[in-house]
Amino acid sequence: MLKDITLGQYFPGTSVIHRLDPRTKLLGVILYIVALFLAKSWISYGVVLAFLILAISVSKIPPKSIVSGMKPLVVILIFTGVLNLFYSDGGVVLVKIWKLTITSEGLTRAIFMTSRILMLISGTFLLTYTTSPIALTDGLESLLGPLKKLHVPVHELSMMMCIALRFIPTLIEETDKIMNAQKARGADFENGSIIDRAKALIPVLVPLFISAFRRADELATAMECRCYQGGEGRTKMKLLRYGRNDFYAFGGLTALIAVVAVLAGFGL
Amino acid sequence: MEDIISVEHLAYVYPDLDGQKGTQVFENLNLTIESGSFVAILGTNGCGKSTLAKHFNSILLPSGGKVYVDGIDTSDLNRVMAVRRCVGMVFQNPDNQIVANVVEEDVAFGPENIGVAAPEIRRRVDKALKQVGMYEYREHAPHLLSGGQKQRVAIAGVIALEPKCIVLDEPTAMLDPRGRRDVMETVEKLNREKGITVVLITHHMDEAAQARRVIVLDKGKVAADGTPKQVFSQVEMLHKLGLAAPDSVELCWALRQKGFDLPLDALTPEECAQALYDWLKT
Repeated sequence: MLKDITLGQYFPGTSVIHRLDPRTKLLGVILYIVALFLAKSWISYGVVLAFLILAISVSKIPPKSIVSGMKPLVVILIFTGVLNLFYSDGGVVLVKIWKLTITSEGLTRAIFMTSRILMLISGTFLLTYTTSPIALTDGLESLLGPLKKLHVPVHELSMMMCIALRFIPTLIEETDKIMNAQKARGADFENGSIIDRAKALIPVLVPLFISAFRRADELATAMECRCYQGGEGRTKMKLLRYGRNDFYAFGGLTALIAVVAVLAGFGL
Repeated sequence: MEDIISVEHLAYVYPDLDGQKGTQVFENLNLTIESGSFVAILGTNGCGKSTLAKHFNSILLPSGGKVYVDGIDTSDLNRVMAVRRCVGMVFQNPDNQIVANVVEEDVAFGPENIGVAAPEIRRRVDKALKQVGMYEYREHAPHLLSGGQKQRVAIAGVIALEPKCIVLDEPTAMLDPRGRRDVMETVEKLNREKGITVVLITHHMDEAAQARRVIVLDKGKVAADGTPKQVFSQVEMLHKLGLAAPDSVELCWALRQKGFDLPLDALTPEECAQALYDWLKT
């Protein structure tokens, strides 16, 4: 049952977007978000949406999986929508029930804000769907590199992230094993109140933590044996390199921001 | 031949923990390991095998005496990296020594640490993976491999540092028979073809029998040292230490107790069968 957990939601593939440098994709998402927040009118929204659809179709990610990824966020979307629907003044009053009024302004704003969030999330999904966690970590380490001068432990952070990702499946497997062992001795994880079930998890968590610490200790020794001494003087087998496609991607994104900004300048 | 590892008057006491007095593991241990040899270290739990192994690459430092690796004093803190590049370590649980979530990235971890240039890392990684027969799996996720495959990846990760010697601390203890055989074949091949010195710490007598020299440790002292035939024919001594000889030797020994005059140097089932055949003929 624990095996079904997917992490990072990465969809392996070979599309142009998959092959972009992770740094391009990270910066690209930031540029995309800037464009999205610059957009103030339906026309500029249309431009951003067209860009998003183009990017998704190039990535060959099935749109279905992006939609299904939205499911946990439905509550936030509805919340935003309803809030904007009732708390906006101005425009023609469309419906009036007791003290709640829905104005035309409110309706527009509600649609406007929810579609902004939808587009924001789809854009970031495109990043996590097309980039493996390890590439993401590499990209982050390289982008945050300049912070090393400010004594931010960038290498250590990315190493920790990398090891965490590596050990998630191992620990899931172990949790499964411990749960089965406890079940064999009569533990009940499925029945009872939430408090009962939470209590039943304690005998799982304790051995899991102990073993995680033991593993950490052994891993640290093994890393030392393989000459690990921190980020100083370390090289990389796979160097990140910007290619031609990365320049096109940056070009496209800059054009997107420019178009949206010009439209905003004209009050659109 | 010159010695790759030499242990001189080694003493080691585990430091005191929480008021508990530390235990003395070694008092005065002397040992040398020849360059290019294949040595198995045997002993019961707690005899100091793993503690000794950890002295071979500066993970533990002697409380007294010296350990030299390729002529370098392991307690010289300025040369720890040189020692670790010379002697690689493989541990029991392959899961706890694999760092990255792609096989080739993990093998690259060692060379990356010592600052090897990218194309050279690529070359070393490919070479190491081919040597352990895991090249086809280079882009796999380690957690999807079998125990034996994981352990071979761990070995590749060590030989990518191009050490002169590898120390394996019970590398097959968590593996199934097939994984055990694969790992042993890999280790044997590295020793034979690349001339890498192998120090194998093990509980399996049949694995120790494949080595060219067997050292038996007991309570921090060398109890026996010699070729597998010399050591394993001392069956009574092994029993007294709580160890056993390989099954074939045990069989011949048991028959000898019953008055059959069989030799005690049959280390494999084939040799045992031959010995029985020869005996029956006379």
